Amino acid sequence: MSQQVIASTANKARSLSLEEIAEIEHEMTLYPDKKAVGLEALKIVQKHQGWVSDASLLGIAKYLDIPAADLEGVATFFNLVYRQQVGKNVILFCDSVSCWIMGCEGIKGYIKEQLAIDYGETTEDGDFTLIPVPCLGDCDKAPVMMVGPDLHRNLTPEKIDSIIKDYKNKQD
Amino acid sequence: MAKIVIDGVEHEVNPDNNLLQECLSLGLDLPYFCWHPSMGSVGACRQCAVMQYRDADDKVGMLVMACMTPATDGAIISIEDKGAKSFRSDVIESLMISHPHDCPVCEEGGECHLQDMTLMSGHNYRRYDKKKRTHRNQYLGPLINHEMNRCITCYRCVRYYGDYAGGTDLSAQASHHHVYFGRHEEGVLESEFSGNLVEVCPTGVFTDKAFSENYSRKWDLQTAPSVCVGCSVGCNTAPGERYGSLRRTVNRYNSEVNGYFLCDRGRFGFDFVNNRDRLLEPVQRVDNTGELLADDQVKALIKEFTTDGTIGIGSPRASNESNFALRAMVGEENFYAGYSDVEHESMIVILDLASDTAFHSPSVREIERADAVLILGEDVTNVAPRIALALRQSVRNQAKDLADQSRIPQWQDAAVRELAQHERSPLSIISPAVSRLDDVACDRVIEALPVVVAMGHQIANKISTSAPNASSSTEHDEVIEKIAEQLKAAKRPLIIAGNSNGSEVIKAAANIARALHDGSDKSVIDLCLLVPEVNSMGMGLMAGAANPLGAGLEKLQSGEAKRVIVLENDLYRRAAKATVDAALTAAAKVLVLDQLPTATTGNADVILPATAFSEHEATYINYEGRAQLSFQVHQSQKQAQPSWRWLCDAEHIDDLVERCSNELSGFARLREVLPAENPFIAGMKVPRQSHRYSGRTAMNANVDVHEPKQMEDKESVMSFSMEGIPSQKDASVLASSWAPKWNSNQSISKFQDEVNGELKQGHVGCLLIERKDSSGSYFEAAPDSTEPSANQLRLVFSYQIFGSDELSARAKPIQARMTDAYIGLSPADAKARDLRQGDVATISPLGSLVVVCIRTGIKAGTALLHCGDGNISPADFSGLIEVEKSATQTTSRGIGNLIVSDFHEKEINS
Repeated sequence: MSQQVIASTANKARSLSLEEIAEIEHEMTLYPDKKAVGLEALKIVQKHQGWVSDASLLGIAKYLDIPAADLEGVATFFNLVYRQQVGKNVILFCDSVSCWIMGCEGIKGYIKEQLAIDYGETTEDGDFTLIPVPCLGDCDKAPVMMVGPDLHRNLTPEKIDSIIKDYKNKQD
Repeated sequence: MAKIVIDGVEHEVNPDNNLLQECLSLGLDLPYFCWHPSMGSVGACRQCAVMQYRDADDKVGMLVMACMTPATDGAIISIEDKGAKSFRSDVIESLMISHPHDCPVCEEGGECHLQDMTLMSGHNYRRYDKKKRTHRNQYLGPLINHEMNRCITCYRCVRYYGDYAGGTDLSAQASHHHVYFGRHEEGVLESEFSGNLVEVCPTGVFTDKAFSENYSRKWDLQTAPSVCVGCSVGCNTAPGERYGSLRRTVNRYNSEVNGYFLCDRGRFGFDFVNNRDRLLEPVQRVDNTGELLADDQVKALIKEFTTDGTIGIGSPRASNESNFALRAMVGEENFYAGYSDVEHESMIVILDLASDTAFHSPSVREIERADAVLILGEDVTNVAPRIALALRQSVRNQAKDLADQSRIPQWQDAAVRELAQHERSPLSIISPAVSRLDDVACDRVIEALPVVVAMGHQIANKISTSAPNASSSTEHDEVIEKIAEQLKAAKRPLIIAGNSNGSEVIKAAANIARALHDGSDKSVIDLCLLVPEVNSMGMGLMAGAANPLGAGLEKLQSGEAKRVIVLENDLYRRAAKATVDAALTAAAKVLVLDQLPTATTGNADVILPATAFSEHEATYINYEGRAQLSFQVHQSQKQAQPSWRWLCDAEHIDDLVERCSNELSGFARLREVLPAENPFIAGMKVPRQSHRYSGRTAMNANVDVHEPKQMEDKESVMSFSMEGIPSQKDASVLASSWAPKWNSNQSISKFQDEVNGELKQGHVGCLLIERKDSSGSYFEAAPDSTEPSANQLRLVFSYQIFGSDELSARAKPIQARMTDAYIGLSPADAKARDLRQGDVATISPLGSLVVVCIRTGIKAGTALLHCGDGNISPADFSGLIEVEKSATQTTSRGIGNLIVSDFHEKEINS
């Protein structure tokens, strides 16, 4: 009955794919309220698209009939919902006390050198994006980082070399 | 009442409130940010910390947030405690960490709650010397500026905009140090109440963009208590003037009417006063050129008009005094209503109902208390916007009931909202198209106007079988049953209708209210009937039922009357063009008093310039019959005078008010709105300028290096001066609220009996219409006999907050939000006529050009006509119309500015 998304805005939305819709519909059976599905829907779209574009954000808002501004509030609250395009592999580099003690600064410098990117940047070939996270909770194996869904522990420059190589090969 | 001890002194307080509210009610200074008197507490900012002690023996105490702590009997607290003070000072220091040092260039400066609280909390040295976080600002449309760096993240903006006003396009984004308040992308703020952000934001994040172009500090503005002339609600405002131009309007608190908030028409619509086209000199037409008139010529002319054969046409946008002066001059029998004949007919019904003892016309505050509402046929957001905001509060009464049941104090805003989720008090809307209140409506029926009326009668009949039934249709039985039950079950039901589209809707609404009255042991039922203009009611009370405009125009055309005085009115908006043309051509002499040129002044023989609302003192009567006094803010430009002054010898508006009270039936109490006999303190008047008004002797030095004599105001209790003692004795002359340590509008609590209460020596206006008629009966349900042919559509007039009001449509900020005249069609009707979104179409009978606006939320067979700002007159159309594609396809504004939820096609030409 109520259309929360004003038409002129709704018209900029991307139509969600059938897969995305199917997954969102499933989530909707689990929550009493459409608004509550917002976060799950963002995660679903990110899984399929790699990130959440403006058009995708509006697509979800339109599909769920919730205000785009509210959904943007959710999307920007969680820093692992990407509102800018990221590389194929996102490196979440642990940037917290234990890792500092174990010399993560040097590892970070090495990654920066190898990939020619700093925090928040993506390699020119679009393979990697480097993002700091406060703690991955694996302090006894510090320094640590995640690449995509995988956790890598006790990092050394050599390990970084092989990790980069592995992910590059994986895609080919 | 509860007794609590604050810093060793015992006070009586209301235990239903929180400590912060009670401290402020007691007149104590306690800093706060996130709390707002109409929005309750969320405990977000931690600024109102006080020390609370378990008992008299407790010397240590613990810190509590005053806004989150109930004022329970026996509580012992300290505001002055060292620990509490140092906590508050630390809180403000951290809130201020990234706040720029830009007060000298910030428009909030001088009336900034953040400045006040910073000082009050004792944070006067900034220790943080690191980099500040900065933000990108957004374009939020032509009305509001955005400056996010100043934000202290109190969350008031989103709580107001979303929770209170129902806006959906402003949200809190990101987290920790980067929290951002904005839209999901740049763009015009959609809410019709966005302007209140300027006053709700405690600092300069949201500022008035129109004011920004001609900015002055609060203390440099000449200000007086005024009443908004944008619609019939009569919100209280405080316009500010400098260098001869009106600069801005801010809210002026009235506990019964507007409270703390205005709509965007009210806030930004004043600028017509500064319009370059203002009529400034008396002119006479001689051989098609204008010739200036000298004083004695004007006098002679007026004398000519006092002879027999002169009729007067009043105005729903002119004051009581001016209407009365004209009526007195031409005689009651020659004074004709200044609105259309259709409106005249509906006004007779409305005024009749206004004296019926079965009903009560609720104030805005009373509307907020309704626990079941039915809106019949009216688009409240566009006709009386402030009432739409009140209705949004009324649906929260269910949440408040639930809170009471769960023993959660009502001021616990977040908790109450969390508890209630989507539970709302019932609000039902039956009308021909979707409205901006639909998101809080529990039932929403879109039907053709005759069906809307019939449904009204059916609901009345369902509530009480003594009410006539109009229709045997069973199509909407279920919803009719439901609405009837909801209204019957409510403690304070409210029926709203209006005269945008004739009187049948009003009659149906009245029948529902009467049925409720009959079915509830004769309790008085809230019936809110909306009229379009600031003084529709005042003029309606003065114009005789037998004197509709049409009759006056006919008198002119037939030669029975030779001369006509048109008071602040464009007749072409009120009657069909041909009729007005014929009448004005036949008249020997046409005298028009107005503020701006109109089609009518274009056909006048004599034009006398009238002052605008801010240039004279006047009384107006709002939709409830509430009379209110509006003071003069500044001197009129050139030779403009209040219309009454051109027309009669009265020296003083008080004399006219007195005469209205004595001579007009229904106006007896009008005199009560005048300030008390002796408002002077130490023989001095109330100053319109602040004590810090700068440059008084120098501001005109480019014209004259000598110190000019201060302009005298011989009429008013106010002076055009800095001298005097402001707003203490009589709150009806409280223009700019300002108290020691409180420079912002938050200082209003210092002038209220208690927070949210009446102003001290309260002046909420005066209800004029006495309800004494207990013989009222049901209206007959007149079946609608018009049957549209295949080509015809049922015409419904559609008002727009930006553009439908004649005067505010001449204000620049409003123009930036206006659309062309348009015809709203359902997709099916558009398709049948091969019309696409944004096309230009012609409508019968005049072939007027309108932009096509296809909306999915319009009943098929109905055409919504928005007349824009005067190119098309509503009086030229009625009943059934035909729409077809026009050969010319040029538009000026287009319809891109229209904010509705149901545009049909993707592309909107703008």
